[in-house]
Amino acid sequence: MIFGRWILGTIVLLVLMGLVIALPFRSVFFENNPTHIGFVGRVVYILILASLMVLFRVTRGPTAADRIVAIDIFGILIVGLCAVLSIATGRSWYIDIGIAWGLQSFIGTLALSKYLEGKSFDD
Amino acid sequence: MIDNIGMFFIGVGLAFDVLGCLGLVRLPDVYNRLQSATKCVTLGTCSILFGVFLASGGFTETGVKALITIVFLVLTSPVSAHAISRGAHRSGIRLWEKSVVDSYAEDNEGEA
Repeated sequence: MIFGRWILGTIVLLVLMGLVIALPFRSVFFENNPTHIGFVGRVVYILILASLMVLFRVTRGPTAADRIVAIDIFGILIVGLCAVLSIATGRSWYIDIGIAWGLQSFIGTLALSKYLEGKSFDD
Repeated sequence: MIDNIGMFFIGVGLAFDVLGCLGLVRLPDVYNRLQSATKCVTLGTCSILFGVFLASGGFTETGVKALITIVFLVLTSPVSAHAISRGAHRSGIRLWEKSVVDSYAEDNEGEA
């Protein structure tokens, strides 16, 4: 019943995107909570949605290579999140955290792929 | 004005990120997932960093660091993707059963 699964996935994705778009306007729905988050808050919510998709693949991956791919993609998403936080707070050392995280993720991915290949590290 | 152009680049990058992660969930095979996720998320994050470079006002401290991060990501991301796919193919993970061609197995039978 693949058509039903397509319909279910579309509904779930639309509800999640609606929540992401509607959450910064929380003061519309709840009158006594006048927090207006703005552009950066919406960006952070969308990145959290993408990270939840990646973590789904980390937990449900059938093989080990799926999990390694998902960890690599998660590291690149963290770099973008650090850049957005840097422009939000006006402090430039958040991008330093992003550069360091990307370097560690790159070296870790290379080591894990060598381990997956089944050879020693000095090959 | 230049803030609006930077926000436009950040929005385009977010769209690429979400669609790449959707491909990571949706596609049936390790190699298909790797192709979708690596290309889309690398381009999306580079677009976000270029938007940060524009929105922080050009060649300030934040902007120069964002440009350096773009160069770093473009250099390192294809290398890690190639290493993952090579390791996965060496360790014997099979392709999807509707895949058409496997050129890596035709070229060399296990060595080099």
